[in-house]
Amino acid sequence: MKIAVCIKQVVTREWQLRVNDQKTWIRDQDASFELNEPDAYALEEALRLKEKHGGEVVVCCAGPARSTQVIREALARGADRAVHVESDALAAADAGTVAAALAEAIAPEQVDLVLTGLQSDDQGFGQVGVILAERLGMPHATIIMEVQAEPGQTSLRVKRELEGGWFQWVGLPMPALLTIQSGINQLRYATLKGIMAAKKKEIRKVTPPAAAPGGPRIASLYFPEKGKKTQIVTGTPAEAAKELVRRLREEARAL
Amino acid sequence: MILVVAEQRDGTLNRASLETIAAAQSTGDAIKIAVLGSGVDAVAQELGKAAASEVIAVDDPALKDYTADGFVMALEQLFAAETPDRVFLPHTYQTRDFAPALAARVTRPLITDCIAVKDGAYVRPMFQGKLQADIAVNDAGPHIATFQIGAYRADAMKAGSAPVRQASVAIDAAKIRQKPEAPFKEAKQAVDLSQAERIVAVGRGIKAQEHVALAQQLAAAMGAELAASRPICDAGWLPMDRQIGSSGQTVAPKLYVALGISGAIQHLVGMKGSRTIVAVNKDPEAPILEIADYGIVGDLFEIVPAMIAALNA
Repeated sequence: MKIAVCIKQVVTREWQLRVNDQKTWIRDQDASFELNEPDAYALEEALRLKEKHGGEVVVCCAGPARSTQVIREALARGADRAVHVESDALAAADAGTVAAALAEAIAPEQVDLVLTGLQSDDQGFGQVGVILAERLGMPHATIIMEVQAEPGQTSLRVKRELEGGWFQWVGLPMPALLTIQSGINQLRYATLKGIMAAKKKEIRKVTPPAAAPGGPRIASLYFPEKGKKTQIVTGTPAEAAKELVRRLREEARAL
Repeated sequence: MILVVAEQRDGTLNRASLETIAAAQSTGDAIKIAVLGSGVDAVAQELGKAAASEVIAVDDPALKDYTADGFVMALEQLFAAETPDRVFLPHTYQTRDFAPALAARVTRPLITDCIAVKDGAYVRPMFQGKLQADIAVNDAGPHIATFQIGAYRADAMKAGSAPVRQASVAIDAAKIRQKPEAPFKEAKQAVDLSQAERIVAVGRGIKAQEHVALAQQLAAAMGAELAASRPICDAGWLPMDRQIGSSGQTVAPKLYVALGISGAIQHLVGMKGSRTIVAVNKDPEAPILEIADYGIVGDLFEIVPAMIAALNA
């Protein structure tokens, strides 16, 4: 089974977000970056499917040059090779533009399965995977918690998560695209051997297609207005804790 | 004209649809409401109680069980017939499954998870809710937007009397590639957190599995149940049936204490109805502090033991 996994590099959760002067994106020149966590689950699922059924895992990334960091990490965890659609403009691009770039990279690969994370931790549109399926002419299913694939079969059976604790099995012909829900598996980390091996693995560079004009754009990026009702309790930990407990008992009557 | 696509399953309206109608009404534009499925008469009549110019019932056996392919085919035809300027949908799991494919099929922009509409721009969270963005769409339209659950109030929807019209679409069932089976629930959940009076919930800030015991001690001192945000259950530190949020349980206890939970929207939708919310977080910008009644900014490993001491004093 030949599997493409789409990954994105995002700023780390710990990085204190700052907005640029134009208020159109974050000041990411001095940020630290990591693999988008939902994509890590998609990668892990691809590696497990390969271990079970054989085949190849190709990592696909549409992003600026710095994305090489997460591509190398995915290769170190066990992906076989990578395709990098490289452009600075992809760092803050809308979902349609990113999906178009990934489609360009994946179409010639003739894969059986494409896996993506559910959404990105930065823009969080949750659209790229599904648009990509439409562009590649593949059927898709989203928010997947289990993948049943049999070798030599032309179809898959996948478990979708619905709302409120409901699930549903869905059958799909291959090739197909799945967006993977976080928590589907337990992540592995790169071994030293994997990190060494990754250095020799191929990263094919692809030039992105010209961006289509007129898509959605960030007109203004800002911190949400503070809710006025929150009472911040201050002091040393002991003082703050004591005061909080007092207010919960006397004001809120919650204890 | 704004076309609102309402959601139903087996003849039951998803109430998030009413919030989306309220969002559409807030713009002052003319509104039509569409509902897709098989046997949707009663749902269409229910939707007719909203102030709108009409309700369009798209009733087809091929739409009985939801599939992305079936819905994309049906809505592509409906858009061509109705030529809406904008299309609004609730940001449900079902919408997330088909709306991006629909947008790509009709080559129109889609803005997901919106919380407001202002001057033609769509307001939505970014970076896990830590930032917000106004998204502008340069094209004249139509464009498609989905609205976060709870962003508008269902009871703010203006009532009226909209006539129901049947519309037919041609769906080739052979072209529906997804073969859905019947939805099911996993084995009965061991813990029903919705009945708890008080809940202490832990998030990423707890850092390691061995620290969960500290939260357990606080819960014991408060007479609370222990719960968690999704990443904690994904990591296996607490069982899945203690997860609060869109993919877990929805709760509204008397007291909800969030320890080291930043407050991604997927978590907030599961607990924001709580009567009193307390947040302990090291990040003063954490979105959880926006909705909390009481907040302490600091290291939970110093604050939680102090809280336990204060409770037991």
